[in-house]
Amino acid sequence: MRSLIRTHATEFSLLAVIVVISTVLSFATANFFSLGNAFDLLNISAVNIIFAVGLLVVLIAGGIDISFAVAASVVQYCAAIVLGWIGGGGWISGLLIAGSLGVLLGCVNAFLIHRFRIISIVATISTFNIYFGLLMFFTRGVSIYDLPDWLTDRVILFEREMPDGTWIEITLPVLVMAVCVVATWLLITRTTIGRQLYAFGDNPEGARRFGINIGAMQFIAFGWLGLMAGIGGLIQAHYAQEVVPNALYGRELDVLAAVVLGGARLGGGKGSVLGCVLGVLLISITQNGLNLMGVSPFAFKMIVGAIILIAITISNTRIERLLAFVGEKGAGR
Amino acid sequence: MTTILERVKTALGPEMAGPGLAFVAVVLVFGIASPQFLSAATFGSVAFQLPELGLLTLAMLLPILTGGLNLAITFTANIAGLTVAWVLRENGGVDAGVGIFIAGCLLALLVGAASGVVMGLVIAFTRAHPILVSLSMMIFLRGLGEFLTRGGDISGFPAFMGPIGHGSIAGIPVPLIVFIVCVVGWHVLLGRTKLGFNTYMIGSNLEATRYSGINTRKAIVLVYTLSGVMCAIAGIIMLARFNSVRIGHGESYLLITVLACFLGGVNPFGGFGRVIPVFVALVVLQLLSSGLNLIGANQHLATAVWGILLVGVMILRWVASKIRISIIRRGS
Repeated sequence: MRSLIRTHATEFSLLAVIVVISTVLSFATANFFSLGNAFDLLNISAVNIIFAVGLLVVLIAGGIDISFAVAASVVQYCAAIVLGWIGGGGWISGLLIAGSLGVLLGCVNAFLIHRFRIISIVATISTFNIYFGLLMFFTRGVSIYDLPDWLTDRVILFEREMPDGTWIEITLPVLVMAVCVVATWLLITRTTIGRQLYAFGDNPEGARRFGINIGAMQFIAFGWLGLMAGIGGLIQAHYAQEVVPNALYGRELDVLAAVVLGGARLGGGKGSVLGCVLGVLLISITQNGLNLMGVSPFAFKMIVGAIILIAITISNTRIERLLAFVGEKGAGR
Repeated sequence: MTTILERVKTALGPEMAGPGLAFVAVVLVFGIASPQFLSAATFGSVAFQLPELGLLTLAMLLPILTGGLNLAITFTANIAGLTVAWVLRENGGVDAGVGIFIAGCLLALLVGAASGVVMGLVIAFTRAHPILVSLSMMIFLRGLGEFLTRGGDISGFPAFMGPIGHGSIAGIPVPLIVFIVCVVGWHVLLGRTKLGFNTYMIGSNLEATRYSGINTRKAIVLVYTLSGVMCAIAGIIMLARFNSVRIGHGESYLLITVLACFLGGVNPFGGFGRVIPVFVALVVLQLLSSGLNLIGANQHLATAVWGILLVGVMILRWVASKIRISIIRRGS
């Protein structure tokens, strides 16, 4: 147990913070501690968690991707058009189209990074601008509301009436999220490819000499993120019941903050699915709690930002070291 | 003749090749494609649009040179602009005097510096990754701004502020003068001062710099502080140009500033890069957008072309390195 805590320090401290915040919120607000609210949280966070586990794979492989949220917007738009052409389709064809478009866009990044040795942040900032610029140019910023019925109909997988008359429900996004999370977990912990991704992220040159196919690693990591971005984009369209070209713009940085908060290291070789999910949940729970406490929605981002800033300050510095620094200053250096 | 060429080459440095070539290419292509391109009007519009993006890029440049990143630049600028607006509104609004405005600007610079100091302290003392620190600062500042303004615009400023955004002295737009002064300042800072030297050293190898007796923490805090001050200057210029403050103004510039730095030959891992090539890269980006505008395309297409340009320059750099390696091999 002790070694488990030591090897999973980030996950445990995140869990502890979530427990503390949840306990406080349960006493401070009437509605926080209820099954309905927990399910609401899952429904709301589903898309972000899908993006987050995809980004996690890229971060583990030592890369960074800025373009995935915009890629998801491109996938949404193209998928909506393609589905119109083929005359409707269904969930299977929708997910196939969105997934393969996403993989395609992810592979563009992998190709630039691997073939031309462009650093991943440079390559993905370029593709971010290319995708977003072209999307806004061709769509002229016009949204699509005329989506197929199967895509906009809410799919309720589980519902139950609570004693107080409210309905609790789990919707399709949560199922898709669970599949994506489990698939990513299997990929990075239960397969050879997963171990190779960690090795590659930790030490690319060492991995290369060990006989790991560097190109394959890049394509798998960015392709996986592309797949998740595509699926996430389709689910977002389902959830919002519309396709707005710039709706996901800016989401990439929020997701990145959550994933890194969950213990993934910028630089590669570290990170877990559990930590990543907890990172997203921590932010969602904070926002949800503030909402229930009646705090103005305009203040959410401010408080969330401050919490992340404090969390990283504390998680990177032991309290003793902070105190020692104060003492040092006091000694008149 | 060759000595002059050599001297020019060393003076410009290897970073100049990419943006220099791009500059020539853009001028040639658009000069042929559109007869109005090589006119005073084009350069006039570039001169007015350049400073906004340019000042923010300067703010991004210093942290990148230390191997970091400052993702909070646009919102630091917004908050600084908001500070000026608040000071003006508390002291008479449209009728406020020049003194009030100057006081507001000083306070804005302090606010910008404060945001930088906080980020610098956290990065220097906890060794957290700069992307994450500046990202959380960005989220915080955006939230703070939204909280204070409720997402709306603030406008109604004294008339004398107009010329700062739109006026010109001797035919040169005032924002451009401010921008060029800042470029020169950054150039001198990086080339001639101890802090500039330390910035490059930290970007190349933080540990080695620390062991050589340089106070790296102080240097990092100073770099982020200066970055915050530059954001505040950008915020004041933006305030004067739009004659309003809105949280989210210039948000789309955030990743463009990083793009401009990389286009200007700055090493993404820090340590290498100079101000003048970045300046040329900025001019190229603005010329591209003006040129596309003349042909009839919109700003969004320009954004896409900026991304393609960066990929193109990176691929050319890769090709050049391949050729160099093959020449060296053949020579030996």
